[in-house]
This record gives sequence, structure tokens and C-alpha cells, in this order.
Amino acid sequence: MTDTLRPGTTTGPAPERVSFFATATAQRLLAFASLIVMVIVFSVLSPNFMQTSNIIAILQAASVNGVLAIAVTLIIITGGIDLSVGTMMTFCAVVTGVVLTNMGMPLWTGVIAAILTGACAGFASGTFVARMMIPPFIATLGMMMILRGLSLITTGARPIYFNNTPGFDQISRGSLVGQVFPSVPVPNGVLILFAVAIAVSFILNRTVLGRYTYALGSNEEAMRLSGVNTAAWKTAIYTLAGAIVGIAGLLIASRLNSAQPALGMGYELEAIAAVVIGGTSLSGGRGTVLGSLIGALIIAVLANGLRVLSVAQEWQIVAMGAIIIAAVYADQLRRQKTG
Amino acid sequence: MTPLIEMVGIDKRFPGVHALRDVSFDLRAGEVHALMGENGAGKSTLMKILSGVYTRDGGEVRIDGKALQLATPRAAQDAGIGIIHQELSLMNDLTVAQNIFIGREPRHFGFVIDDKQMERDTAALFSGMNVVIDPKRFVQGMSIARQQMIEIAKAISHDSKVLVMDEPTAALNDREIDELFRIINQLRDAGKGIIYISHKMDEIQRISDRVTVMRDGQTVGTRNTPEVTLEEIISMMVGRALVQDEAKVPDLSAAPVALEVRGLTRGREIRDVSFSLRKGEILGFAGLMGAGRTEVARAIFGADPLDAGEIFVNGAPRRIRSPRDAVRAGIGYLSEDRKHFGLALPMSVRDNIALTAFDKFARAGGLLDDGAMHRTARESIQTLDIRTPSDQQEVRLLSGGNQQKVVIAKWLLRDCEVLIFDEPTRGIDVGAKSEIYKLLNRLAAEGRAIIMISSELPEILRLSHRIAVMCEGRLTGVLPGGQSSQEEIMALATLRPSQTVAPSEQEQPA
Repeated sequence: MTDTLRPGTTTGPAPERVSFFATATAQRLLAFASLIVMVIVFSVLSPNFMQTSNIIAILQAASVNGVLAIAVTLIIITGGIDLSVGTMMTFCAVVTGVVLTNMGMPLWTGVIAAILTGACAGFASGTFVARMMIPPFIATLGMMMILRGLSLITTGARPIYFNNTPGFDQISRGSLVGQVFPSVPVPNGVLILFAVAIAVSFILNRTVLGRYTYALGSNEEAMRLSGVNTAAWKTAIYTLAGAIVGIAGLLIASRLNSAQPALGMGYELEAIAAVVIGGTSLSGGRGTVLGSLIGALIIAVLANGLRVLSVAQEWQIVAMGAIIIAAVYADQLRRQKTG
Repeated sequence: MTPLIEMVGIDKRFPGVHALRDVSFDLRAGEVHALMGENGAGKSTLMKILSGVYTRDGGEVRIDGKALQLATPRAAQDAGIGIIHQELSLMNDLTVAQNIFIGREPRHFGFVIDDKQMERDTAALFSGMNVVIDPKRFVQGMSIARQQMIEIAKAISHDSKVLVMDEPTAALNDREIDELFRIINQLRDAGKGIIYISHKMDEIQRISDRVTVMRDGQTVGTRNTPEVTLEEIISMMVGRALVQDEAKVPDLSAAPVALEVRGLTRGREIRDVSFSLRKGEILGFAGLMGAGRTEVARAIFGADPLDAGEIFVNGAPRRIRSPRDAVRAGIGYLSEDRKHFGLALPMSVRDNIALTAFDKFARAGGLLDDGAMHRTARESIQTLDIRTPSDQQEVRLLSGGNQQKVVIAKWLLRDCEVLIFDEPTRGIDVGAKSEIYKLLNRLAAEGRAIIMISSELPEILRLSHRIAVMCEGRLTGVLPGGQSSQEEIMALATLRPSQTVAPSEQEQPA
């Protein structure tokens, strides 16, 4: 009866080895594998799918949602949820429009305005959640409506165009890479997405702020009892997420070369979908930027692939919903295995 | 010599409750001072004041002779007070080292965490305690004993002069308790002061130098442990003397068999377990933590699947694949964690009692018969002597003992003939324990078959008509009740199939 023996174990009788398939890495690999499978299926079904221009269109489409998803990832790891990122993004774009077009300020002030506006809005959400103890779902639902209203009021419900600011559209549509390698004109928007992803990954993995993001989602009370000012750190995380949403606001405004005040609703759900597909737990404490990035790509590939195949847009929405449920179900199966 | 801590005239009120009245308490360097009292006596409130979780309404706290405010957990920590909470408060998704250094991570450039340094420091802490734990391991899935060691390491790393331990052995087996006591002794020898809260008399006598007893928010008295008897402490705690009952084993040879299981097996957790249980019998299940007792109970109850095995209820084979099947077969299971699995805490006593038997109270159209629920709840409250202002009281406001009675009431209502109690008195104070014991005896006398899993040997010896002992998933023996000794049980509880297995299971080379 030596089958129970694990010689050399010094850490007690608790199960030492967890099956690989039960790890969070497995969930991310699963998502990545689905992405690859999707790409293969679509390229077999349609010769147009794998063309450079189409790939770039997919990446371009994923960039805004990807940045938003990264912001939402931060919030979800703390155990919260953010419903306001879509309209917050729009509001940031609108403020940029006011600064650049209505006030005629130079380009860089518009960039700072967008990021600062996002940070302020995030700070407000964070204050509601961390100091006033309003549940994140409600606090950000309120913020979603407030920001949408403010966007419409500021603009009189009319779009603001950036025709007076040459170069603004280059933020997203230009291609620094294309200037060096003309055959791969990767748009700047995609570069910005990757830059944000790398920066936030670093913050999550290596800095105090990142460590506390996981700790908050894991056991906030334990953290408070350890003498950590949990409210301040939580507010900081919401503020950072807001600043990232500001970057998304810049990307969308630049891509459309305009600030569209009516836009924004629905983006938050797509971002949350990307995060969930990427294996981040809605109960907090776990999650990665890479996962959310893959999630955003899956959504973009699916939308693009179905469009290339001329599937009606209504069915694209149905497919998206099915994928979300499948992703979370896969996660559930994984959890049951861990017990 | 100035005491390490002096708490004088501490007063604390909550809405409607005067929780602490003029409480005084002191702790010297290099002593273990036990704090005892029934649940609700005010021990935890006093410790929460000391650790900055609550602010006091009156009185003074002096540390090393200096009066301090202790307004926040941080302030208490800085004053050298470390507390190990009863509900362990580690972050599962973080590693051991990350947990220990939360809030004061070593950093590069002020914001990048130096994980390497942190892991080295953690390893040094553990080697100082003679404990082997990997600093890089995630806390998720670690045993309670390990988590406690981590909490202690965390407190030590804060340079705490004072360590408060709130029921540290509640979930530990004997070997783990020995390990804990070794570390407590080590800390005492190093001149730290330790406040040790526990309900277990034998531990208090083993580890503490002095003992202070609290009752109803006041200190009853402080004694030197070697000079005080168990009876004296108990009478201080309850304000009266308790009579110890002996287990009376009835002759059940004529009683029909209510439950029989044959060859229950699942992986390594349950290995070929067979036993039977007669009507009116209390079968105690003893064993170390992790011996497989709860697993057997859950398997019989259909909460976890089985690889093999048969279950007979009243002589007839039953297929039990879900708790629903078990309840239909007349088997009830009272989980050791009643707050998680047994009760809907924010709901009323009435709703909790009726919860699983709503079908009894449903009228046409799915309407609930509130009057009948009320009558049933009143009846349960009376027969089980549940102390609650009304059947509308929220269950979370009841004491542990009364919550347990609500769970029992719930199962009685389902007409279960076989009741499995998993650690029925965990977290319940001494006075309420003996009431639960009486209740178990009464249920058996009424002809119900009872399985009682308990980690407290005195409890097993006091109640069981027969004692089943498990070790590593096996049933290693069944002893007669009323005449077996703790030593006989322990011998079976550590009986491994082959002696070669033992060394590898050794956890911490001391």
C-alpha cells in the first residue's frame, strides 16, 4: 500500500501536485488554442481572411476593446465590476474634442486631457466603491449614466470633428512600423494596445499596486487587518483603470477622427466578455492581462470572420453570447476538477 | 517589573449590549496567559480592542507602561501586538511570502516589489521556527495548521512582543497541536507574551502559566494555572458547578439495524469502510484530522460520489447519489461548518427550520402556510429549548449552541431516522455543549440512529455507545463505549497498515 507515498514531501498531507488541466494557465492556453482554431477555420473557409489587410483590420478592431478589457481586468481582479468603461471612453473622447477643436489647443494637451479625464472619472468610481461602500455594480452603473449624460450635454448631442488638428487621426491609424517595414503596416493603435498590455502586466506582477489588486480580490478584510489602507489602494486601482480608459477614448476618437457622444454603450459588455473569455475569475483574486488580450482577439476574430463569410450581424451577436457561456462553462469544469 | 500589557477598566458598548464592563487584564513578558469564558463572555471583544479593530469607550491600555490609543489595526501592530484570528485571514491567491509581507513589501525604487528578498526573509523566518514551508507556494489548498504557522510567522516578522491566539487548535490534530505548542514555548522562552484563548481545559493546563476567566463582559478572576483545578475554572466560567455524566450504554442487541454500509471506497480518502448502526445507537467516529471521517459521512449522504460500496437503510439496499436521495432514505447530515452549509444566516429561525421542508407547508398554488410554519417553529423552539426572543429572530444573531439546535430542528422535521453529526459542538461553549449532549442522548433514546464525528476524545468517550476509529481512510477498529480509554483510541487512530509508511508522512523534521 505504498501508493499514497510521495517521498520527500515536506509540506504536509495537503495535495501537492495539482493536475495541469486544473490550472489557470490551462484556461489561458485553452483560450489561445480556441483562437488558433478559429483562425484556421476561417482561413480555410475564406481565402480573404488571411490577407494582411484583413489581419490588420482585426487587430485594429481589437485595439479599443483590448485596452478597455485591460482596464476592466484590473477592476475584476479586485473583486469588482465596471459597467462605466464604455461611456467613460466616450466622455474622454468628447473632452479631447473640446480641448482640441473647440479650444484649439495643441495635440499633446488633447492626449493629456483624455487620460486625465479618465483618471478623474476612475477616481470618482473608486471613491464611491471604496469609501462610500457602494457596490461596484451600482456605483459604475450610476457612473455609466452620468458620463453618457455629460457627453451629450457637452456636445449638444452633436459629434465633434478633429479636422483642425492634423495628425490626430495618426494616433490610431498611422503606422510607425509601416514606415520602417512597408510590407507590415501595423497601425499605431495596435502598438498602443501592446504597450498598455505590457505596462499593466508589469504593474500587476511586479509592483505593490499590482500585488494589492490581487490581495483585494482575494481577501480584503485580511488585508485591512494587516494594516493596509485598503480604501486608498482600491481607489488608486480604479483611477489607474480610468486612465487606461482615457487611452481607449483617444484610440476611438482618432480612429473615427471625431468624438461621437452617442457612442459607448455596449462597449463595457464586450470588454467584460473579453476578460471572462480570458479566464479571469469574476469572484476576484485571479486574472491576467494576457488572458484578456486573447479574449479581445477572439471576439475580434469571430466578428471579422463571420463578416468575411457574410453571416448576418444578428448571428454574430448570438455567436458571441454562445462563446461567453462556453468559456465560463469550461472554467467551471476546471474548477470542479480542483474540487 | 512592568507588565507588557495592562488593560484597566475597559468599557465597551454596542447598540443594545454592554459588551465589556470595567475589564482589567495584564500580560507579562515570557508568559502564556490563557483567556477563558463562554462564547459571548467578551474575550474576542477585549482582544479586538487590544488589536485596534474596535475602539474602547472607557478605560486605559498601557503597553510597557505607556498609555496608548490603539485606534487602528496598524497602530496596534506598530505597538507590537500581533493577533492570529480564529477565522484565519490569509489571501488564498497570494503566495506564503506575499501574505507574510503584505503591506510592507521590500521594494526597488519604491514601487517594484523585491520578491527574491521577500522569499529569503520568509525562509529565514520559518527556519527560525523550525518549520518547513515553501515561501513560493500559494496559500490555496494548504491545511489550517500550515496557515496558522504562516500567521505566526507573520506576527513574528512584525517584531510583535505580544501574540494573541484565538482558539488556535480548533482545527488541528494532535500532532499539529504538539508542533504549535513547541513554537509557543519557543516564543515564551524568547520573552514574548502570549494570550491564548481556548475552550479546551487540557490545553490550558498544558501550555498556560496563568488563566483569566471572563463571564458576561466582566473578568471573574485570574489564577496561576498550576494552582487551579478544572472544576474551579468551569464553575468560574458558568457561575455554577457542572455535573459530568458518564456514558450510559444501553443494551441494543435486539434493536434493528438502521444503517449498514459495506465496502465504501473512493480513491485514497475512503478505503473499504464497512460498519452498521442500530436504532437508538450513538456511533462515535474518532480519528485524526484528515482520517476520512467527514468523507465517509459525505459519501453516505450522497454529497460526494463513491467508487464502490453499498448502503442499506433498514435492511434494504438504497442507491444514494445525491443528498436528495439520502434525505428520501431518511438520512440527515449536519455539517461541521454550519454557517456555510447548514444555515441561511440572514433568515429567521422559523424560515430556517422550515427551509428544507417547505413542501410540508405549501398549499395549493405554492403559497406557504405561515401559520403552520409558525406553530412548527414554536414547537421546535420549545422541545429543543432554543433560546431566541421569537421565531422571527435572524439566525445569525443566535449563539453557536442555539444555531446548532436550529440545524437539528431542521433535520428532525424531515423525519430522518439516521442523523450524522459532524463535529456537533465545534465553536460552542461549555454550558451549551452539555445541552447538545443531552439532546443527542435524547434523540438516541427516541430510537434514532446517530453517527457522531468528533475530534474531541472526551466528547467521544462521553457519548458513544460504540466508537469507530479511522486512520488514513480505513476503519482501523470499533471499540465498545463506556469502557475504552483515550489511549486505545489513539492507538487505532495512528495505526498505519505498514510501518514503512510512517516516516514519509512526517511533516516537520524538528
